Amino acid sequence: MIEVGTVIPERIFKVDRAALKRYADASGDQNPIHQDEDFAKSVGLPDVIAHGMFTMALAGKFATDWAGGSATMKEYSTRFTKPVVVPAGKSVDLIISGVVGEVLPDGLVRVDITATSDGQKVLGMARAIVDVNGKSK
Amino acid sequence: MINPDSIGRSFAASEAVTISQSEIDAFAAAIGESDTSIAPPTFAIRISLEQSQSFLTSPEVGVNWDRIVHGDQKFEIKQPLKAGDQVMCTSVIENYKQMAGNEFITARSDLSVNGEVAVSAWSTLVVRA
Repeated sequence: MIEVGTVIPERIFKVDRAALKRYADASGDQNPIHQDEDFAKSVGLPDVIAHGMFTMALAGKFATDWAGGSATMKEYSTRFTKPVVVPAGKSVDLIISGVVGEVLPDGLVRVDITATSDGQKVLGMARAIVDVNGKSK
Repeated sequence: MINPDSIGRSFAASEAVTISQSEIDAFAAAIGESDTSIAPPTFAIRISLEQSQSFLTSPEVGVNWDRIVHGDQKFEIKQPLKAGDQVMCTSVIENYKQMAGNEFITARSDLSVNGEVAVSAWSTLVVRA
């Protein structure tokens, strides 16, 4: 039974520099702040940071894996509040959890997603509207 | 600041972009998605952000892309994108405001396939003072 308050179990996604390079190549976003430590520091960042859209994509996968696949996503929005800092040679934990915030007509539900890294919330108001008609109950 | 006349004006891409299976495969692999029969939900950013960059940095709008920070993002997906889709992209500056010297530009891009909007994407881009 899916209702307001239904919790989606937390998952941890590992993010390292190699993952950022793969995302840069796949998305076309080659901004050096996501790959080049010296450049990132030169513009006032603590280190290389993950693409906000990469974090959004992983949090989206969290929601669609629960709902039953990519095709279930109808609407998805977030603010980018804090960067995910990715030091060289490290694998950073991106901790994602979710809760059903609203049950909508036609088998749709709104999932409210929380994503944290290094104790900081990195996404704000992350909300996915997914179709749970095909989800095994 | 941007040219105020550009707010609310529509910018259409000059030609359609055809989505390839290899692009979907690479994007899916990068985010750990095993289903490559359709594009993952945020794949549309590949097309929408490039289009936004292209028109926002044009002389008639005048944004300096080096000063841009991605503030927020929204997608509405009516029909998932898939390999072979020929996507026409139309963008418009839907909202614009200035706060504390920073400019907040919300660009909406409609990605159409066969004349129907498949995905709409809104990107709020902050031009830092």
